[in-house]
Amino acid sequence: MIDLLREGAAALFILSGAFFFVVGAIGINRMPEVFTRLHAASVSDTAGVSLILVGLMLLEGFSLVLAKLVFLFLLLLFAGPVATHAIARAALKAGARSVALEDGRDERPGDPPAAKRAKSPPRRGR
Amino acid sequence: MTLSGFSGGVLAAAMLAVLVALSLMVVRVLKGPTTFDRLVATNSIGNGAILLVALAGYLTGRPDFLDLGLTYALLNLIGTFAVLKFFDHGALGAEGRVEGGEGER
Repeated sequence: MIDLLREGAAALFILSGAFFFVVGAIGINRMPEVFTRLHAASVSDTAGVSLILVGLMLLEGFSLVLAKLVFLFLLLLFAGPVATHAIARAALKAGARSVALEDGRDERPGDPPAAKRAKSPPRRGR
Repeated sequence: MTLSGFSGGVLAAAMLAVLVALSLMVVRVLKGPTTFDRLVATNSIGNGAILLVALAGYLTGRPDFLDLGLTYALLNLIGTFAVLKFFDHGALGAEGRVEGGEGER
């Protein structure tokens, strides 16, 4: 009985993790530019990977394999956001701009105020 | 750990889903207009490879494959940072910033 319950919970976790991973992959393909694509990729990197690994942990009992799974889980949990942040920072530095900042709100702290500009500068990084 | 037929089916289904997601990410790597688009997809492909190795290890009853997954996780992070640093600084061992050393557009 308890084994059945455990396997059911593991199946739930693994299948929902696979679902989030596919959703993230679809998002990477359908989003318009690099920042929104990062947003979609974070879903698969965090939710997908974590849920599948938790499912595998439930499937496994207490053993050395469980310790390995926990290490992998913690490593990916910290490495994913760090890599995402680094990619976003490098893209911003290389001149990519988000389409979420359309309509003259395309500013950074270093830019001149919007009133002093004749019109918004040409978009770079496309 | 013995695997029931139900759990085996679940693992196989998850592997199939991860494979589909990986092929979608490969499409983005091939299409992606900027280097950073390609890097986003490459990073996710690394995570997918880890999941694939872990699930395959469970499906075949050899969870020792998780060691490979751990190694892949470390290499994935380091590889992403290496490529980012190369496109940011223009070189892997540069001291300080190289002006104008921006990434490929």
